[in-house]
Amino acid sequence: MAISNKPIVWGPFAAGGTVTAFLTPVLVLLTLLAAFGHVPDVLAYERLHALLGHWPAKVLAAAVVFLSLWSAAHRLRITCHDLGVRADIAVATLLYAGALAGAAASVLFLARI
Amino acid sequence: MSERLVELEVLRYNPETDSEPRLQRYSVACREEWVVLDALNHIKESIDPTLSYRWSCHMAVCGSCGMMVNGEPKLACKAFLRNYEGVIRVEPLAHFPVERDLVTVIDDFMDKLKRVRPYLIPKEVKAVSDGEYRQTPAELKKFKQYSMCINCMLCYAACPEYGIIPKFIGPAAIALAHRYNQDSRDGGRAARQEEVAATEGVWECSFTGACSDVCPEHVDPAGALQQVKIRSTLDWYKEHLMPWLKA
Amino acid sequence: MAEGMSRKPYLRREGLSWIFRHPRYLRYMTREFSCLFIGGWTLWMVWGLKQLADGPQAWFAFLEYLKSPASIVFQVITLGFAAYHSYTWFKLTPQALPIQIGEDFVPGAAIAGAHFGVWAALSIAVLHLAGAF
Repeated sequence: MAISNKPIVWGPFAAGGTVTAFLTPVLVLLTLLAAFGHVPDVLAYERLHALLGHWPAKVLAAAVVFLSLWSAAHRLRITCHDLGVRADIAVATLLYAGALAGAAASVLFLARI
Repeated sequence: MSERLVELEVLRYNPETDSEPRLQRYSVACREEWVVLDALNHIKESIDPTLSYRWSCHMAVCGSCGMMVNGEPKLACKAFLRNYEGVIRVEPLAHFPVERDLVTVIDDFMDKLKRVRPYLIPKEVKAVSDGEYRQTPAELKKFKQYSMCINCMLCYAACPEYGIIPKFIGPAAIALAHRYNQDSRDGGRAARQEEVAATEGVWECSFTGACSDVCPEHVDPAGALQQVKIRSTLDWYKEHLMPWLKA
Repeated sequence: MAEGMSRKPYLRREGLSWIFRHPRYLRYMTREFSCLFIGGWTLWMVWGLKQLADGPQAWFAFLEYLKSPASIVFQVITLGFAAYHSYTWFKLTPQALPIQIGEDFVPGAAIAGAHFGVWAALSIAVLHLAGAF
């Protein structure tokens, strides 16, 4: 039995799970407030555009997006396996690629801000 | 002196005559303070001597009498009849092949237990004349709870991942490896990692937590497994990103 | 082994019935399913980043779409699942990160409680900084 390389995918999963645990609820609350008409100041175009114009903010946002998507992808991979889907390699490739694509897209969009 | 009639539905399987298991109903006059094991013993002594099951200490220290009581892994000597209503279904421990009636084939667990080297591999080998290994109360407490495992395998019956992936080394084996890894006298962690940090080692665990839920000795194998995951992950990144650092 | 005795171990097949065998497995699956909504919402926000980069009209349209009934339902469900993920994650943290001070271990409730405290404080801080109140 050889030592597994699972830590490559598990490390970001654990980090992402922690980040989403601390951040996602309040972020969803912000968009929900906007949905109900009480748009928080930061979500106004000028404010958000200015905020994400700074490189540290872009890096932080990209990191949060990557970790959030990665941990969701990893968890979904495990869930598929729990539900009896045996093609783990195919599922893993699809989901991790999706997470990376989403993260890459966020980097591209953030770069344009 | 109070007795009540308890209905037990017990899984029966005779490998010599049956093609598959069946359920057999017994009506047992039980005393109020009885556990499931008492009812089984009464059945075997007075009603049906062909019923087969493992048991020994009758006090939750030997780990022999693990079985499913109403679908939940329990020690039969610790499952009090007064906590159950209606028909009580008694089946062999889940995720293990059935040998006969309530007796399971436990070879898989015994093999996995061996593979994780659940014994002290001393950091420094001392001759008897060098004196004893010394340990502070704090060092003892660091691993004590994981030493309480009685190898009852309830955790394997509760673990959905073990049910899905029979190759998974499983909660108890890894918790026991952790017990020795945490022991200040031990220097065998690297040797155990070959098995524990393999894909079918700790990485099949999805932290369902059912193992710790059902453990009769409060070992918390789930906690042990997560600690092993974190340590193994840190090791991996250290080794691959900073190879100049000695472990 | 006695003469004439033969072994024929029987392997029981479980399928997906384990999920319904005890509430803890349903809770586990609920926790796992949170990833669908957290992941989906995050991808939606990545789309929002594109709208933000495309200019004020695109961003305004994105904000307007947030108000649609389907969007609101999705966000409410996501909030529920995200909160459940946070709750389970912090409750399990003490098992993964035990802290031994001297001889004794810090009580799990203290470790989890500290995380919940930070979560609450951080959330309030973010809401305030965002101008929500």
